[in-house]
Amino acid sequence: MRRFLRSGHDQARERLKQDLFKFSKTVEHGFPHQPSALGYSPYLRIMAIGTRSGAIKLYGAPGVEFMGLHRENNAVVQIHFLPGQCQLVTLLDDNSLHLWSLNQRNGVSELHEEKFSTLRGPPGAAPSATQITVILPHSSQELLYLGTESGNVFVEKLPSFQMLEDQMISTEAVLQWLPKDAQHWRAFEMVEALQEHPQDPTRVLIGYSRGLIIIWDLQNSRVLHHFLSGQQLENVCWQRDGGCIVSCHYDGSYCQWKVSSEAQHPEPLQSRVPYGPYPCKAISKIFWLTTRKGYISGVFSLLFFHLAPVPIPAPQLMENGLYSLNKLPYIIFQGGMPRASYGDRHSISVTHGNQETAFDFTSRVIDFTVLTEAASDFDEPYAMVVLAEEELVVIDLKTAGWPAIQAPYLASLHCSAITCSHHVSSISLKLWERIIAAGNKQNSHYSTMVWPIDGGTSLAPDPPQRDLLLTGHEDGTVRFWDASGVCLRLLYKLSTVRVFLTDTDPNDNLNAVGEDEWPPLRKVGSFDPYSDDPRLGIQKIFLCKYSGYLAVAGTAGQVLVLELNDEEAEQVVDHIEANLLQDQEGYRWKGHERLRARQGPICFESGFQPFILVQCQPPAVVTSLALHSEWKLVAFGTSHGFGLFDHQQKRQVFVKCTLHPSDQLAMEGPLSRVKSLKKSLRQSFRRMSRSRASGRKRRMAGNSGELQEPNARADRVGLQNMELAPVQRKIEARSAEDSFTGFVRTLYFADTYLRDNSYHCPSLWVGTNGGTVYAFSLRVPPPDRRMEEPIRAEQAKEIQLMHRAPVIGILVLDGRGMPLPEPLEAAHDLSKSPDMQGSHQLLVVSEEQFKVFTLPKVSAKLKLKLTALEGSRVRRVGVAHFGSCKAEDYGEHHLTVLTNLGDVQVVSLPFLKPQVRYGCIRKEDVSGIASCVFTKYGQGFYLISPSEFERFSLSTKWLVEPRCLVDTAETKNHCSTLNGSGVKKGSSKARSSENSGDGGGRSQEPLMERALLNDERVLKEIQSTLEGDRGSYGEWYSQQVAVGRRHNNGGVE
Amino acid sequence: MNRAHRHGAGSGCLGTMEVKSKFGAEFRRFSLERSKPGKFEEFYGLLQHVHKIPNVEVLVGYADVHGDLLPINNDDNYHKAVSTANPLLRIFIQKKEEADYSAFGTDTLTKKKNVLTNVLRPDYHKKKPNIVISMPQDFRPVSSIIDVDILPETHRRVRLYKYGTEKPLGFYIRDGSSVRVTPHGLEKVPGIFISRLVPGGLAQSTGLLAVNDEVLEVNGIEVSGKSLDQVTDMMIANSRNLIITVRPANQRNNVVRNSRTSGSSGQSTDNSLISYSPHIETNFDPKDEESDEEDIIIEDNGMPQQIPKAVPMAGSLESLTQIELSFESAQNGFIPNDVNLEHTSDTKMEHETHASDQKPLEEDGTIITL
Repeated sequence: MRRFLRSGHDQARERLKQDLFKFSKTVEHGFPHQPSALGYSPYLRIMAIGTRSGAIKLYGAPGVEFMGLHRENNAVVQIHFLPGQCQLVTLLDDNSLHLWSLNQRNGVSELHEEKFSTLRGPPGAAPSATQITVILPHSSQELLYLGTESGNVFVEKLPSFQMLEDQMISTEAVLQWLPKDAQHWRAFEMVEALQEHPQDPTRVLIGYSRGLIIIWDLQNSRVLHHFLSGQQLENVCWQRDGGCIVSCHYDGSYCQWKVSSEAQHPEPLQSRVPYGPYPCKAISKIFWLTTRKGYISGVFSLLFFHLAPVPIPAPQLMENGLYSLNKLPYIIFQGGMPRASYGDRHSISVTHGNQETAFDFTSRVIDFTVLTEAASDFDEPYAMVVLAEEELVVIDLKTAGWPAIQAPYLASLHCSAITCSHHVSSISLKLWERIIAAGNKQNSHYSTMVWPIDGGTSLAPDPPQRDLLLTGHEDGTVRFWDASGVCLRLLYKLSTVRVFLTDTDPNDNLNAVGEDEWPPLRKVGSFDPYSDDPRLGIQKIFLCKYSGYLAVAGTAGQVLVLELNDEEAEQVVDHIEANLLQDQEGYRWKGHERLRARQGPICFESGFQPFILVQCQPPAVVTSLALHSEWKLVAFGTSHGFGLFDHQQKRQVFVKCTLHPSDQLAMEGPLSRVKSLKKSLRQSFRRMSRSRASGRKRRMAGNSGELQEPNARADRVGLQNMELAPVQRKIEARSAEDSFTGFVRTLYFADTYLRDNSYHCPSLWVGTNGGTVYAFSLRVPPPDRRMEEPIRAEQAKEIQLMHRAPVIGILVLDGRGMPLPEPLEAAHDLSKSPDMQGSHQLLVVSEEQFKVFTLPKVSAKLKLKLTALEGSRVRRVGVAHFGSCKAEDYGEHHLTVLTNLGDVQVVSLPFLKPQVRYGCIRKEDVSGIASCVFTKYGQGFYLISPSEFERFSLSTKWLVEPRCLVDTAETKNHCSTLNGSGVKKGSSKARSSENSGDGGGRSQEPLMERALLNDERVLKEIQSTLEGDRGSYGEWYSQQVAVGRRHNNGGVE
Repeated sequence: MNRAHRHGAGSGCLGTMEVKSKFGAEFRRFSLERSKPGKFEEFYGLLQHVHKIPNVEVLVGYADVHGDLLPINNDDNYHKAVSTANPLLRIFIQKKEEADYSAFGTDTLTKKKNVLTNVLRPDYHKKKPNIVISMPQDFRPVSSIIDVDILPETHRRVRLYKYGTEKPLGFYIRDGSSVRVTPHGLEKVPGIFISRLVPGGLAQSTGLLAVNDEVLEVNGIEVSGKSLDQVTDMMIANSRNLIITVRPANQRNNVVRNSRTSGSSGQSTDNSLISYSPHIETNFDPKDEESDEEDIIIEDNGMPQQIPKAVPMAGSLESLTQIELSFESAQNGFIPNDVNLEHTSDTKMEHETHASDQKPLEEDGTIITL
């Protein structure tokens, strides 16, 4: 009703617009691009990741996420949480220190930068004098010890960053406490390690890179102990009791030193080169962690049992010194591999008794940490968190075999490069569960341990609906992501590779067979950017959420139709060739060959199983795809033409060539397509060299800076040349003879009035790059004769847009001006059935204009010229339903538009009035703009890096954004992860927050109410739109993810 | 079907050329050797012969590729007609005494429809015969300077008529900077400039645009603050009726406003033969170009037609008229690239009046199938 108020009531419309549209970027999904630092707070149970572009991201329990950005665009080198506080300190590569706090405001925590400072040395000192190498936040919560390249350790007061010069530990001060002979040793150079004594906060361990380690008495400013190693030092760690220290070295050795020794020249208790005797790479970090049980019997050691000379568990009498050796510690260290054979591996080795595994990561290890029991006399490590350059891996150290734990967030979206994406809103519970069931079978190798990084509480309401984001990848896989909430989680992975014969047989895994038994390497992680065959790449995806039919199309003209099957099955894929050139002569395809299909029955795991393979000839990239699950038809288009396939009868209905005979470029063959293939190869290589070149630790930073110098100079020269010969743009009208006019850009099925006003019929609409729209009327036999009678198609209309801009969207509006529902949507009672009484309209969206035509007689009705007025071109268009944030039941359908300038706009339906416009993506970010995908409810995603999606919203409703609370007052006792279920932990937390005083309780109460309120609204929403009931969804959700959410419920009860 | 015809079109160009001549309601088809068309006199005789009107004085006209009716009255334009006919040369013959000179030419595009109506149905004649002094309508404008009275003298607003010519627009633009006077003194500001003119292109042939002219507006929209790519896209989007406002690099040829006489402004024509017809449009209204383009539809493998504008009262009669009016290019199977019938209110009126006494054209039968 309000719809009609629009004209002439601008005030009212403006107000209504405010209720409908609002732009916000809500959350970043995926893995941070170029991570450079890792921090973890055992107190908050929150992890922080810093990136080379100066971002820091904090992650706790699923849904608990914070993001901060340094003003400087410098790499974050180190992150340290302050013990017992909601604060952290970051060090950037410009040597600046930044203090960040998690403050509560309006009941949610926010991350803010409090202060920053740069360490200043005395005037005239070399910059290296104050170049920070290590940071130790002291347990007093007030002091920050800063080790530098000069060997001096500076002390600063927090939070003011005020330097305390009297407490500085200078090399001179240290030197005077060393015996004469040790002084001769040029022992200092930079500080490599700075560690507080685990029991006694007045003692600090300082390790210098030349091999000297001292224990410094903070109270009396003197050296208590010193240790000299002949090898260059990489890192040092305390053992838990403070009785021993363990140092690791450049030559791949580690040494254990006893602290109590008063000897002048202490010798190491033991010194080992774990992967000797041949030269080894440095061990850059080491942990020595004690366990309560000397040796855990049972399944735990079964694997190694036959090798194991069973050691006798040491008596619990003596806790320290030598005897702790017998306690069978976990020794965990990074690096140390034999230089010659395994020098290129990114490994972290874990040794526990006879269990030894060298985890082999897919990319460079940035940093790692081990999660240990807090309130215990022993470390009892239970999980290892490894931040590699391309992914986060968490290893369960409590379960036999040390399996990886599936992370609820930080998914590596780019484990193979993303080539396309497709979003499906409001998935029915049934389909959702079937996809999850298929995915669970794939994920059986993951540990069952509850996600161990679980700090903070997510207060975000349960997502209003189940949304799927499907990403197509270069390696021929399609990944199904749960995009309903803040955490983008992998549900299921579909591989199309099996259908084809590729050069590398997926069955013979070189790594698995060729690996030696020593060192005990084990691949972990899923990052694998090297595609076997770029032709496998997925280019288009179309999922029908009602029928479970899926169509995917790829780089070499392959179109697969798949059906969801809950059982594993061995079946033959029907294979059909579609010759899109038909009688076109004089054509020579110079691109890649088509893929060879595997013959005979193929075994497919449960999930989406292909049953039809259509291969376009020539095998050019499939540029558009549409599936109609009710008519059982799939339409596909390439740069040469398009075709329609009946997947019920498994018969091609027709093909049509759109190639223009004068299109020389297309006739000659696919130069640009060859280029794109080469490009993807090149990119692979570049990725490879990048990950290799990115060097080792901070020491390389200086060197790489020098290396960059000539590059920068080359860039500058390039810029000057550009100025000499400025960029020119040719101004020319498009003509029919332009290249790639036949490129099929969009396909659309509609049941509409194509020929006359009285009779509607199925139709297929096709839009090309040259501004042509073809419409075909289809005759689909009734269901009872569906298998007997062939589908007939007849061209009914051909529209040539005179401005000849590429047609990127076609839509039919019903008698009410509403977009026609999706196939089966009305049949499932999920949408009002379309108005077939009034006259239908055709909306054609080209890159330059929006045009509405009448149907069945095509006459121009309305248009909106975008390019002529703004100079921007439409890149993406979608239809979205915008709900009002004020009136529950009010909503409107509009077009969401992304232009080549990176702004998103809403254009009204059916009157084509621009509503709102917001800048969203930088216009230079071509890949971001190309990757954008709109949802049906006014949200969208685009890639901000190869591995991260930014989520944005144009709607005032259904924002998916993190709202979370990190409560400082919470006690952080970690109950045993082995038996500690989420429920138990949740209840203990809830109790503690109640105890924590009135302040905390009061601040939470309204939040709980809001959460409940939201739930109710959500309930209604879902009841009205979906057949599934919310209760079971919620149940599933909390089982899977929500520890924090349980806490929520507990609080209310 | 389209494709097949395109092939046909291509091959048909080589040897003989089909001629279809219309006099009154009668058609004659014959062929000519494309390479040896002969002289106009011979052709004139041939026409009189095939139509069996040996002693009737007639005016000969032909439809060029844009659908414009142009005269044939000497060897030059006869040869031009033959060389541009693709694939068919369509000839329209009128008796000299009945001739409607206004039928020729296209500078008043809006009249085109009645032009054809008049030619096709000679019995429909209510207009008073024009007094022929010369035939300026033989020539169609390719460009004009407009809005001289409302623009600063240092600026020039140029309209390029792409529809009337096969010539490419033929120019390039680049980024650059210009100096502006601001409250803070002289300031360098980024601007868009013409960087190159393609020899033989429309832009060059008009003489109204030159290298280093700064582009200020495109079809009434300022380009300041827009990137080179944006301006490029805007120009291409408006390429069928491009109006550029420039600040010419050479400021010496500006139109002097005080002595504004209609003949003093620059305007050039496509035809090199004669005629210098002054033509200054004033008060450019951006809405003018709303009608710059009409999409084409082919229904049921039928003939290409312009897509009419939808009118509120669903006037099927009107659309019928238009379809019938769209001359026979469909039979040739190609979509005329530049067919561009404009709809203005007065022509519409006329169609509605014709509609009643209209009968479908003969010839190859079916015209409309809905």
